[in-house]
Amino acid sequence: MAAANPAIDHDAHDDHDHKPQGFLHRWLFTTNHKDIGTLYLVFSLLMFFVGGTMAMIIRAELFKPGMQLVQPEFFNEMTSMHALIMIFGAVMPAFVGLGNWMIPLMIGAPDMALPRMNNWSFWILPFAFFLLISEIWMPGGGPQGGWTMYPPLSLEGGTNVAFMIFAVHLMGISSIMGAINIIATILNMRAPGMDLLKMPVFVWSWLITAFLLIAVMPVLAGAVTMLLTDKFFGTSFFNAAGGGDPVMFQHIFWFFGHPEVYIMILPAFGIVSEIIPTFSRKPIFGYQAMVYAIASIAFLSFIVWAHHMFSVGMPLGGELYFMYATMLIAIPTGVKVFNWVSTMWGGSMTFETPMLFAIAFVILFTIGGFSGVMCAIVPADFQYQDTYFVVAHFHYVLVTGAVFAIMASTYYWLPKWCGNMYSERWGKIHFWSSVISVNVLFFPQHFLGLAGMPRRIPDYNVAFADFNMISSIGGFWFGASQLIFVGVVIHAVYFSKNRATTQVWEGAHGLEWTVPSPAPHHTFTVPPVIRDDALAHGDVTH
Amino acid sequence: MNAGNRNLGVLKTAGVVVACAFLFGFAMVPLYRVVCEHVLGIKLAPGAVDRSRVAGLVEDAGRTVRVQFVTGVNSKLPWSFTPELSSVEVHPGKLTEVWFDATNNGGEAIVGNAVPSIAPSEASAFFNKTECFCFTEQVLQAGESRRMPVRFYVDPQLPRAVRELTLSYTFYANEAATVRLSAEQHTKTGSPPPAAG
Repeated sequence: MAAANPAIDHDAHDDHDHKPQGFLHRWLFTTNHKDIGTLYLVFSLLMFFVGGTMAMIIRAELFKPGMQLVQPEFFNEMTSMHALIMIFGAVMPAFVGLGNWMIPLMIGAPDMALPRMNNWSFWILPFAFFLLISEIWMPGGGPQGGWTMYPPLSLEGGTNVAFMIFAVHLMGISSIMGAINIIATILNMRAPGMDLLKMPVFVWSWLITAFLLIAVMPVLAGAVTMLLTDKFFGTSFFNAAGGGDPVMFQHIFWFFGHPEVYIMILPAFGIVSEIIPTFSRKPIFGYQAMVYAIASIAFLSFIVWAHHMFSVGMPLGGELYFMYATMLIAIPTGVKVFNWVSTMWGGSMTFETPMLFAIAFVILFTIGGFSGVMCAIVPADFQYQDTYFVVAHFHYVLVTGAVFAIMASTYYWLPKWCGNMYSERWGKIHFWSSVISVNVLFFPQHFLGLAGMPRRIPDYNVAFADFNMISSIGGFWFGASQLIFVGVVIHAVYFSKNRATTQVWEGAHGLEWTVPSPAPHHTFTVPPVIRDDALAHGDVTH
Repeated sequence: MNAGNRNLGVLKTAGVVVACAFLFGFAMVPLYRVVCEHVLGIKLAPGAVDRSRVAGLVEDAGRTVRVQFVTGVNSKLPWSFTPELSSVEVHPGKLTEVWFDATNNGGEAIVGNAVPSIAPSEASAFFNKTECFCFTEQVLQAGESRRMPVRFYVDPQLPRAVRELTLSYTFYANEAATVRLSAEQHTKTGSPPPAAG
């Protein structure tokens, strides 16, 4: 099967096998991009369930009005930790893991550019989350002021806040090192002939995401450092009594925070731009437009931050500027959505599980995008601020956006990783169960928010009871559905007898589909010869 | 240049970007003040205006602005603090005096500082105080009450669209000054000072 390509012949006899022996040597000291990618993905799945358990506690408490199960302090801990863990522990490491696994395979590189730093950037994460999660068992508990850590509230608790701040520092260091590694890999390690504008869209999306990461993670580190010195060293950056200004924290935080939300969605755009062409059996429509759209979104993300804080009392001119700049983002995002639809248009489509998740992504992410445009409208936003409407909005873009894309990519690339096909039947069951339950879970929250239900509050008016119960049922159902996902992955890795071919999917193009399945421990030790017709997007005449 | 050197180059460049981004986070602190005060015209400093400006004021009797007063006390300060009037109607350009009452309900002498804030923020540059208890530290002995004046005028240049302003004060405990005060009192009476905190 590999005989057509001399580079792969070489890999095949290189395969047996330079894997380090022994568990510690294999995983703790690894510098192999595939092993580190696997570590990231497994860690992310673990954190997804830790954060998911917290979400289940939140939905259980909100199942009925009145205080049911937990103390309000614990409820606030759950909302704050759920967000921190899902953002920094589940979504971001999953994307870094996918980048680690796939970027070298997609650009014909033998490994990441800085493999030892790669090891370090992963192994910081377990320590960061140990610091963060261990707070739950300490006297005084974990952070209760929300993941945004607004002072003065976030500093009103005990000294445990230092654990959260150092955890955030560690997560930031890990992300920055991961990002630098990805930039160096993409800029320096491409195989001859893999020009920048021939790279797969996923690689492009990660290159731009990595630039966002190195530009804004240090700003978050600065903001939490100021919180630390305000709390413990008597400074008054945000302390009004000492002449500081708490609103300034919000500006600094969201200068990081808005690019951060694109850090969590741009790689998802890349994934979907790989999957839809494969199952439509057509090259992606408007490859260059897709790349420029991602770059435009990344640029705009730096100049719209204050739309998260319209209600702080900004001057009218500021509100108008941030409103119009925010609405501008809908244009490049719209370009992407139309291009995905145009790629499907007239294609010979089939609906395997990755494609189902990708299509659900396009539809449901767009719904989340629409509610985002609603939130951008200043006079309307005063009604939405801090209500469940915002919760519904960002869960549509993060769960049915980022998380669905990660699941799509797992189904799409899993056969390449482990060499076995997953169970299509159970994949589809997982998809339909997830896509129905996630809408039962989050759609009613739009109406709850419009009716005035505030977020981050453990109790609510009885008027909101019915929709909260529906939402909670959807929540438990969605949570349970993810156990199917774990089952499908474990089955595919350890028990499936259905071997994957080299190309895996009939319509798949790109270098990652020219190496055997499972991908050998070392690939592309000799740079591959790139045939233009083997490239994913097929647009080589630009 | 080989790949190792090129990777090191990317690492160095990215390291510089990261360092600049970290410093930029801190640079936003002074930038925030500059943008607020010089670009958006929001006055952050609570200081008094020059008295000479008051002399040349012309009262705009044809226009009335309502000024509301809101008071708050930080949870660490056992004081009560209220305005004597909840709002007044003033003509722009007219110097007006209002009174606030503070009482120390605690058992110790405490130093407090009041931090003012004006809403809407666009009006902050047009609200001027010639005298305010917020300019200095306020010392209240245990159980002591005090009437405190604020003299202000609204600049006649205030944009026409603003018909109502809110002046809000929050009193905070000045912990460092309170510890100092307590130490001084105990030196005078000869008794040992209590443990700080």
